Amino acid sequence: MDTSSSMKTPLKRVRGLGSARSGTDHFWKQRLTALANVPLVIVMIAIVIALVGKDAAAAKAVLSHPVVAIPMVLFFVSVMVHMRIGMQVIVEDYVHEEGPKVLLLALNAFFSIAVGLAGIFAILKLSFGA
Amino acid sequence: MADSKARREPPLSPHLEIYKPAMTMIMSIVHRITGVALYFGTLLLSVWLVSAATSDAAFAAVHGFMTSWFGKLILFGFTWALLHHALGGIRHFIWDTGRGYGAEQRSFLAHATLAGSVGLTVLVWVIAFVTR
Repeated sequence: MDTSSSMKTPLKRVRGLGSARSGTDHFWKQRLTALANVPLVIVMIAIVIALVGKDAAAAKAVLSHPVVAIPMVLFFVSVMVHMRIGMQVIVEDYVHEEGPKVLLLALNAFFSIAVGLAGIFAILKLSFGA
Repeated sequence: MADSKARREPPLSPHLEIYKPAMTMIMSIVHRITGVALYFGTLLLSVWLVSAATSDAAFAAVHGFMTSWFGKLILFGFTWALLHHALGGIRHFIWDTGRGYGAEQRSFLAHATLAGSVGLTVLVWVIAFVTR
């Protein structure tokens, strides 16, 4: 963003947006997903405990049940957003060189989305069969 | 400025290492460390689900690893990291309301986070072993 030739005053440029140009978007999303994660994590632990000692057929029967599959999909959606923002904060805190920082932020996006969508795909495949 | 030719570095706050570690400091960095652990732990969860969606052989392979002593150690650490990060998050929610900033309250919350996460982790594993 070229700030030197801008007609906007410095106050106008930062008002409501901050140095990241996204305002409180991340702050809010991190807390929204954190709140969602509390019940979802409890359900997730219960599901995993229920699967201890089960064979593949029994495990699949549990995982494909809507009451199990729906919270698991919600879990991955919420966690995917939460872990991406969390790791972005860490990268921004410790990596100050522009090149490595941008690379790590890109890898963070790829990893979070890939892990989340892989989990969701697996749940949907177990649910819808084939 | 007289010394403008040799540009001076701006003063920095004292480095973290000079302070005597306090429970609040340790719980702060542990919250971040458990967050990173969970970041990669989520991969484990996805791999497990993808294996179940792939084939019985793939599921058996992942299941075999998870139930080995090394797998159990990872899962035990995963459980603790998850519960510790969750309780740490609840601590942040309390702070978000403007409460819990007193010296004694901060110390209590830091100790409660650790005690709670260890206690709940043991509870979860006891339940898992009893109900299997």
